[in-house]
Amino acid sequence: MRTLWTFFIGVIFGTGIAFSGMANPAKVINFFDVAGTWDPSLAFVMGGAVVTAFIGYRLVWRRAAPIYEPTFDIPQKTTLDARLLTGAGIFGVGWGIAGFCPGGALPALGTLNTQVILFVLALIAGMLATRFVSSALARQQSPTSAAQ
Amino acid sequence: METEFTPFASLAGGVLIGLAAVLLMLLRGRIMGATGVLAGAMLPASRYDWTWRAALLAGMFAGPWVFFALQGQLPQIEVPAATPMLLVGGFLVGVGVTLGSGCTSGHGVCGMARLSSRSFASTAMFMLTTGLTVYALRHLWGA
Repeated sequence: MRTLWTFFIGVIFGTGIAFSGMANPAKVINFFDVAGTWDPSLAFVMGGAVVTAFIGYRLVWRRAAPIYEPTFDIPQKTTLDARLLTGAGIFGVGWGIAGFCPGGALPALGTLNTQVILFVLALIAGMLATRFVSSALARQQSPTSAAQ
Repeated sequence: METEFTPFASLAGGVLIGLAAVLLMLLRGRIMGATGVLAGAMLPASRYDWTWRAALLAGMFAGPWVFFALQGQLPQIEVPAATPMLLVGGFLVGVGVTLGSGCTSGHGVCGMARLSSRSFASTAMFMLTTGLTVYALRHLWGA
């Protein structure tokens, strides 16, 4: 049952992405092209999503725990580091070039559009390559901690 | 390439995205980040962990077809980038979201909604570099 409900949450997200225009690179790039063919639509996506989540999260967190899990699993880290900012910077360059972000592209994959498939394959390659390199670097720097 | 300004459809879409984030928190206690969901589906910590991510992804793929059922056509997908650039962009997005622990949904929506300083910093940074990249490609390189 919980798997079915989780599927429906995915449907809501995917439908939201489809209506929002986030799955359309031409529209995403135009949002950032203030000096050219500017389309401010995506500000409405962001506004609607953040305000809804801000209010809804606060209602949900009145509960001691989520419905199907023992605890809320929320990132606890608060420190800003170079890795976070470098990653965000690189992500932005890629988003500006391709026009797809992961949340826009994954629902679009449902259309089996060739360009979306190519983007997602390159996305996965970038994700796996980064995981591989960073875990190799971590092993090299601290062989004892990696062995634990 | 001009695109039509769609404040109502975009706002409605945004509210649905936010609603999905809230429901995932309510049911599973998790952040609705596309990067995290995909990464965890490829390299799951356990079978249980894989199941909810796979269900969520499968639901996402159905999204454009719900749009089709309501609108009589699939959502528009126009890619201005040539294929090699699309691949370069995709790879960079993959590197960036992995290093930076999240993307537009995880940091931009969920993180900002829970007032995370890391997410505000991340969102400011990627919005800036996306804007600079679009400006460079459209107005400096292309001009």
